[in-house]
Amino acid sequence: MSAPTTAAWPTPPKKRRMGDLLFAGATRTAASIILVALAGVAIFLTVEGLPGLTAPPERMGGEATFLAYVWPLVFGTLLAAFIALLIATPLSIGVALVISHYSPRRLAKPIGYLVDLLAAVPSVVYGLWGIAFVGPALVPVYRWLEENLGFLPFFSGPASGTGRTILTAGIVLAIMALPIITAICREIFAQTPTLHQEAALALGATRFEMVRMAVIPYSKSGIVSAVMLGLGRALGETMAVALVLSATRIVTWDVIASTSPSTIAANIVLGFPEATGLGVNVLIATGLVLFVITFAVNFTARLIVARSEKGLVR
Amino acid sequence: MAKSIDVSDLDIYYGDFKAVEDVTMTIPARSVTAFIGPSGCGKSTLLRSLNRMHEVIPGARVEGKVVIGGQSLYDADVDPVEVRRQVGMVFQRPNPFPTMSIYGNVLAGNRLNSRRMKRSEADDIVERALRGANLWTEVKDRLTKPGAGLSGGQQQRLCIARAIAVEPQVLLMDEPCSALDPISTSAIEDLIHELKSEYTIVIVTHNMQQAARVSEDTAFFNLAGAGLPGRLVEMDSTKKIFSVPEDPSTEAYISGRFG
Ligand SMILES: Nc1ncnc2c1ncn2[C@@H]1O[C@H](COP(=O)(O)OP(=O)(O)OP(=O)(O)O)[C@@H](O)[C@H]1O
Ligand SMILES: [Mg+2]
Repeated sequence: MSAPTTAAWPTPPKKRRMGDLLFAGATRTAASIILVALAGVAIFLTVEGLPGLTAPPERMGGEATFLAYVWPLVFGTLLAAFIALLIATPLSIGVALVISHYSPRRLAKPIGYLVDLLAAVPSVVYGLWGIAFVGPALVPVYRWLEENLGFLPFFSGPASGTGRTILTAGIVLAIMALPIITAICREIFAQTPTLHQEAALALGATRFEMVRMAVIPYSKSGIVSAVMLGLGRALGETMAVALVLSATRIVTWDVIASTSPSTIAANIVLGFPEATGLGVNVLIATGLVLFVITFAVNFTARLIVARSEKGLVR
Repeated sequence: MAKSIDVSDLDIYYGDFKAVEDVTMTIPARSVTAFIGPSGCGKSTLLRSLNRMHEVIPGARVEGKVVIGGQSLYDADVDPVEVRRQVGMVFQRPNPFPTMSIYGNVLAGNRLNSRRMKRSEADDIVERALRGANLWTEVKDRLTKPGAGLSGGQQQRLCIARAIAVEPQVLLMDEPCSALDPISTSAIEDLIHELKSEYTIVIVTHNMQQAARVSEDTAFFNLAGAGLPGRLVEMDSTKKIFSVPEDPSTEAYISGRFG
C-alpha cells in the first residue's frame, strides 16, 4: 500500500515532460486518496468508538465491560472465517488446478468464467440461499453428525432444526470466498515455469506428481496470499451471515447448534437499526475491533509470505 | 540395460504444422549419437518424440514408429509415464527443482516410483548418481542446500545426476552445454564419454567440435525451405560425416558455409 514511485531516476526538473507530470500527479493523487480514506475510517472508528468502550452495561447486552461484550463476537467472526477457509482453500486449489492443468483448454475457459460469476452474485442472494436452501438441506447432515460424531465438541448438538448454524454460515462464506481464491491460484499455477514442469514430466511424473513436485512448491506464497484475500472477504462479510445467523453472543465450539456465535459484522447490521446514543458507539467500537483484526491478519499474512519467499531460492 | 532406438517413417506435428517429416534412423545402444542441423530444423522436436515429451504440448502429435529395445513407444497400451521413466532427458537450460535440496533433486525421480526407500539405500543412490555426474566431490558437504544455489554448470550436472539416478535405458540431451562456460562444457563432455559405456545417449548440439568430440554417429537435419518440415539429410559415423559427407548441404553446414 505504499505510494507508487513514478520516476526511477530524478531527471532535471526543467526537462520534465507534460505527460510525465500529469501522470505523476494523477498517481500521487490516487495514492493519497487511498491513504486519506483509510486514515479517515480509522479516525472515525476511534473517535466514535472510544465512548462505546466505557458504555454502561445496559448498552452492551448486560455485559460489565466492553471486552466481555465483544469477545463472543470476535470468537464468532474468527470461527466463521476459519470454517469458511477450511472448506474454501482445498476446494479453490482443486478448482484452480482443474482449470490450469487438468481440463482440456476448451473446458478451462468456461469453468473459469463460471467461477468468476460466483464473485458477481450479491451477498444478500448468498444469504437468502443460505436460509432457504443450504440450511434446510443440511439439517439431516447435522443430525447425522450429532448422532455419529457427537463425542467431538464441534458436533455435540443439539442439532439445529432449521440448519441456520455457524457451519451453514461458514459454508456460505466459503462459496463466497471461493472465486477470489480460485482466480488468484489459477493465475499463479498458470505461471509455473514450463521448465520445471517438464523436468518433472521427463522424470516420469504423472500429472498429479508433476503438480505436487513443480507447481505447488512454486506457488506456495501465492496460495497464502490468495487465502488471505479470501479470509478478508470472510471476515468482513455482513449480509450473508446476518441473514443466516441470529445475533446471539455466545462462545461455543458447537458448530451445528441453533444458538451459534454471531460475527461482528452481522451484529452491527442487526443491531444498528435499534441502537441509539451510546449503543451506536458500542457498535462502532466493535467495528474498530474488526478493523484491527483484519489489519493484523493481513499483516501476518504478508509476513508469512515474505518469509516463505525467502526460503524459495530464485 | 542400454537399448537401441529404431525410428521409422516418423512425422511430427504441432497441430496442423508438420515440423519433422519422414525420419527413419537407427540409434545404436551404448554409444553417443549427435543430432546437428540449422535452427528450427526439428532436432529438439525429434528428440522429445523419443520419450513422448512431445505430446505434452497441446495439439502436438506424431505419426510413425519409434521402437526402443523392441518395445514400440506409441502403441495404444503404452503409458507415456512409463516411457519417460526409462528414457531420461536433460534440457538445454539447467532446471533443478528450486525448492528442493541437492539431495532431494537427485532423488526426485526415484521418489516418484513411490517405493519406500531405506535411508541408507537413498544415500547410496545419491552418491552413485552424483559420482556418475562428476559432481560428488563438489557438493558432498552441502547436500541439504538448495540445488538452485549451484553454478550453472553444476546445476546441469545435477540434472544429469537426477536423470541417471533412476538408471534409464536411454539418455536424451538437448544442447546440454549451450548455457555453460568452456570448463563446465568440458566437464560434461568428459561425463558423456564415461556414461556411454552404460547408456544409449542422444545429444543435440550446435557445436560442431562438440559433436565431433563426443559422438560415434552423427545425424544431420535440414529444412527444405522456410515453412517446410525438417528432414533427416544423412546419418553416418561421425568420422565419415565430418570428413567425406555424402550430401553437399552437410558438407556446407559442417564447414560453416551455410546460409
Ligand atoms: N511448441 C511449439 N509449437 C508450435 N511449433 C513449434 C513448437 N516448438 C517448435 N515448433 C516449431 O517446430 C519446428 C522445429 O523446432 P525445433 O525446436 O525442434 O527446432 P530445433 O532444431 O531444435 O531448433 P534449435 O536449434 O533452434 O533449437 C520449428 O519450425 C518451430 O517453429
Ligand atoms: Mg532445439
